[in-house]
Amino acid sequence: MTGDVAVLGAGMHPWGKWGRGFVTYGQAAARAALDDAGIGWPEVGSVVGAQTVRGGYPGYVAGATFARALGWQGARVTSVYAACASGAQAINTARAQILAGMADVVLVVGADAAPKGFFAPAGGERRDDPDWLRFRVLGATNPAYFGLYARRRMALYGDTPEDFALVKVKNAAAGAMNANARYRKPVTAEEVAASAVVADPLRLLDICATSDGGAALVLSSVEFARRRGVADPVRIRAVSTVTPTFPRTVLDLPDIGTDSAVAVEPSPKSFRSSIARAAYEEAGIGPEDLSLAEVYDLSTALELEWYEDIGLCGAGEGAKLVREGATALGGRIPVNVSGGLASFGEAVPAQAIAQVCELTWQLRGRAGERQVPGARVGITANQGLFGHGSAVVAVR
Amino acid sequence: MPHTRIPVVAGWFTEDTAEEEFRLLGTRCSGCRSVHFPREDGHCRNPGCPGGELEEVPLSKRGTVWSCTDGRYRPPPPYVSDPGVPWVPYTLVAVELAAERMVVLGQAAPGVGVDDLPVGSVVEVVPGVLDEDRAAGTVHTTWNWRPVAAGALS
Ligand SMILES: [Zn+2]
Repeated sequence: MTGDVAVLGAGMHPWGKWGRGFVTYGQAAARAALDDAGIGWPEVGSVVGAQTVRGGYPGYVAGATFARALGWQGARVTSVYAACASGAQAINTARAQILAGMADVVLVVGADAAPKGFFAPAGGERRDDPDWLRFRVLGATNPAYFGLYARRRMALYGDTPEDFALVKVKNAAAGAMNANARYRKPVTAEEVAASAVVADPLRLLDICATSDGGAALVLSSVEFARRRGVADPVRIRAVSTVTPTFPRTVLDLPDIGTDSAVAVEPSPKSFRSSIARAAYEEAGIGPEDLSLAEVYDLSTALELEWYEDIGLCGAGEGAKLVREGATALGGRIPVNVSGGLASFGEAVPAQAIAQVCELTWQLRGRAGERQVPGARVGITANQGLFGHGSAVVAVR
Repeated sequence: MPHTRIPVVAGWFTEDTAEEEFRLLGTRCSGCRSVHFPREDGHCRNPGCPGGELEEVPLSKRGTVWSCTDGRYRPPPPYVSDPGVPWVPYTLVAVELAAERMVVLGQAAPGVGVDDLPVGSVVEVVPGVLDEDRAAGTVHTTWNWRPVAAGALS
């Protein structure tokens, strides 16, 4: 087990399509997190930015860009990129600095102003980039992979499009109660079924949109929090950032082929489940200890997969959980009470940070209508392109 | 019309072969026998591999459907398509190759839909055309997966 770090503050700029630059969103989120923490910006010893990538080049290089927007004050600065897992990498970097004694207070910021439509790779002729190749050779968009997983579940486990729609209905109901969510209207199963097919069997309302948004956290040592009179802060107890193990036998973005299992017997556990397992091991807890979970519902069907991967149920039992209402607010183990990506849309570098913001508010008992009663332990789970695992365990 | 046929990626599949001989080309490690597709020409990716030479190897012609989906909307560049022509959805299929113990993605042959590709059914790899530049007189060639009527793996 590693040591805990305290979450002193959490802040977000609401998700949406606001038509402004990502710096604006990140700055607003950072100021909100600093206010929430009661920490002045000059007290921050280190700032870690989750990169906002534009055309393969990381925007304005996030860490320094946010530091400049907040006013140069000479803090240690770091910028990290791991696609969808960037936010978790930023949190982990901050945590490592705090635990190593390099900084008492670290500001973590991620923000994006997302393009319309499908995510696409950077321009130019880049034949050495698997992400470029999957678009050039196959036209394989992100939803195409989500469609492959969804159909596989239907064949293997008997999941139905109606099961997938239940996830959207559940998450939309939660998102309707979240002022930071982009989509705040309840959605019915009929509306999901009536939306256009994007990648059979998935429809438009099964797949998350791309959004603008910003999220930030102020992290500190537990000792610093105590000195500030925060005796019982939300604590980050584990951050998992593992890679897959060879051979990875499940086709993953942006793969055209999996590893070959000719020489080495594949692990019976999936990569995604190993992400959660590493977090549980580091935190010294198990899925039975969870009060809630925030998982990366890039598609409705993928949320069901996460139920299994984070150990809420056995393989193939995900649909049963959503059918029973176990993962809805008021259920046995609520998942995505923030509304999830279904209600937010993805703002890539901000998203994994936003997941931890939700855990923070829930564990403080300040999530309002969305509150999971008596929440003590939460996990976030996410996965970045090319094999970046990400999961965070927070406790109170 | 005379066409220059250019593989969309050189070295990923056989060229100028009859349909029956058409194969995807990967590389196989002489040290641990792991197969890599897309081809790996630098180092074997098996972390426990004692080390070996990577040799070009044709992949199995037939495999079984792991899963499939389709693209109902036009993908963004670098996928090549004519925005002046209505989008025609195509099918993507992930195919499990038993001998190589791996899954390889590809487009299905034109006209093959998801209903033609139940999970577990047998498909074979055939040459296909990805895009065509009429003005330049060139086509980019690729591989396609096509259902096998008899359904036999070999
Ligand atoms: Zn080898």
